[in-house]
Amino acid sequence: MAIAQRDATRRTGAAGASGDPTGKGRGGPGSRSKRFRRDAALLAMMLPGVAYFLLFHYGALAGNVIAFKDYVPFDGLWASQWVGPANFQAVLRDSAFWHAVVNTLWIALLQLVFYFPVPIALAMLLHSLTRDSVRRFVQSVAYLPHFLSWVIVVAVFQQVLGETGLLNHALGDAHLHTLDVIGNPAAFKPLVVAQVIWKDCGWGTIIFLAALAQVDEQSYEAAAIDGAGPWRRFWHVTLPAIRPIVVLLLIMRLGDILSVGFEQMLLQRDSVGPEAAEIIDTLVWQRGLVQGDYGYAAAAGLFKGVVGALLVFAANKVAHRLGEQGVYR
Amino acid sequence: MSAAAGRPAWREKPRPATQAAKAVALTVVVLLVLVPFLIIVSTSFASNREVVAGGGWVLWPQHPTLRAYQEILDGGIVGHALWVSAGVTVVGTAASLACTIGLAYALSRRDLFGGRPMLLLILFTFLFPPGMIPSFLLVKSMHLLNSYSSLVAPFLVNVFNLVVLRGFFQSVPEELHEAARLDGASEWLILRRIVLPLSKAALAVVGLFYAVSYWNAWFYASIYLDSGHWPLQQVLRTYVINGAQLADTSTGDASAVAAPQTIQMAVLVVATVPILLVYPFLQKYFTKGVLTGAIKS
Repeated sequence: MAIAQRDATRRTGAAGASGDPTGKGRGGPGSRSKRFRRDAALLAMMLPGVAYFLLFHYGALAGNVIAFKDYVPFDGLWASQWVGPANFQAVLRDSAFWHAVVNTLWIALLQLVFYFPVPIALAMLLHSLTRDSVRRFVQSVAYLPHFLSWVIVVAVFQQVLGETGLLNHALGDAHLHTLDVIGNPAAFKPLVVAQVIWKDCGWGTIIFLAALAQVDEQSYEAAAIDGAGPWRRFWHVTLPAIRPIVVLLLIMRLGDILSVGFEQMLLQRDSVGPEAAEIIDTLVWQRGLVQGDYGYAAAAGLFKGVVGALLVFAANKVAHRLGEQGVYR
Repeated sequence: MSAAAGRPAWREKPRPATQAAKAVALTVVVLLVLVPFLIIVSTSFASNREVVAGGGWVLWPQHPTLRAYQEILDGGIVGHALWVSAGVTVVGTAASLACTIGLAYALSRRDLFGGRPMLLLILFTFLFPPGMIPSFLLVKSMHLLNSYSSLVAPFLVNVFNLVVLRGFFQSVPEELHEAARLDGASEWLILRRIVLPLSKAALAVVGLFYAVSYWNAWFYASIYLDSGHWPLQQVLRTYVINGAQLADTSTGDASAVAAPQTIQMAVLVVATVPILLVYPFLQKYFTKGVLTGAIKS
């Protein structure tokens, strides 16, 4: 009992030391049932939230057994026949699936090369501004598109770059060649990256600006006094300050590499066709919800989920090897 | 004069070329965001004739008119969708906040009974989402199809928002809890009287995040609801994004009053305006660094 008492005191730190002789407060002795009774109010508070996660996440997660079944809607999920790995075999033998995988990876790679550096560059540009009012104004404007839905973003791009859109209207007035951007499969991947840049490059600066703001102004000053010019200060002070964040975001992006803007692709899939726009998620949607082949679609989705989770683990491991923080420990 | 005030003495005087390049870059960023909106808003206020004369676009309407707005808000599918979106946003945000606060507060208390496994259980869902097909079948089996609750219940708690709020609750000093408890306050009372009032900024950010996500939700609305239940984003998708091809045949009744283009732009503006209205509030808290502080933890 004395040990339990001491243990509880240690765990709650100073709180226990201030004394609660009745044992009713949080510093009280900690047998399981007593702790449960002590925390009853807190547990009641979290009940709706926990119920939500159990039902809509774990309940749905359990529904993934459909990937191992030949789902017949009339029989329902649980009465349908087990078919083992047949759905997965069908997925892995399907050229449409691999086409979607290639598309997904291509778009992810293009985003990594052409989108990823943009917020970093913009953050540095904003950070270098000496006048706060200008910086705040640009920040306010640049953050805005992040809060617009993909439906709005796609609609805006269509209105600006479409066949009868603003840009072509202006080009036509100037007697120049019009551009065929919207609905053109060849232009689709650059268009998609441009949309991501437009929507999120401003918002993406937030985390880098926070990292840059952490740098002690004195390190810059000391470097400058030691004769370091702007470039060397950038290389030796600024870059080390944002490197952990860059690594963290790269890891998160790598772990999430099989997801590239599902709504964004689905909204434009009709206009350019599946050849250019099919990604894993849109294939799952098409096969499952449109064609009703739930077993195939769930298997493809589960495959993606498992590979994605493994990628996060792997990326995190690599980060630790490199001596970085990573996403978790 | 004032430009020099912000520059510390050790920093080199900026070269005019660098300054000019920066100014150009920033101007381009600002214009790329603002110009499309200016023209969309302008076109939505333009008259039928002006839009036709301008080849579909108006930079600045000569005779601004509200006809397109009257048309879409006068009952009909857009007016209905507006109510649906507003209702889902208000109810959803309230329900989400209530559940997230409860979870975040309980999980922010040290030594909570079962706290650690519970937290891991929740964080795991972030790493491994259930997937589209099982989610759809679950919602279907719960008979939530064509019910507005299908836009709220499956999205009640967002793990990111939960982590932000929990981090904020944890920063409330333990001494305040201890003092309140000695005065006989229950956990409910501590939450209501001490923790929530101290966390107004974080609550505002998380609440606005929820509101924005409910307002913007599109995909699940498109698979869970039929056209009689559509929220605004799905209407926007149908009449503006896909409407480009449908314009000649299926907008018959609308084109009688205003050009489809002005109607389309008006729908786009109506879908965007609520975001623009809450945006200054969000902005206020970003500059305070509420979010970035929370993200780091």
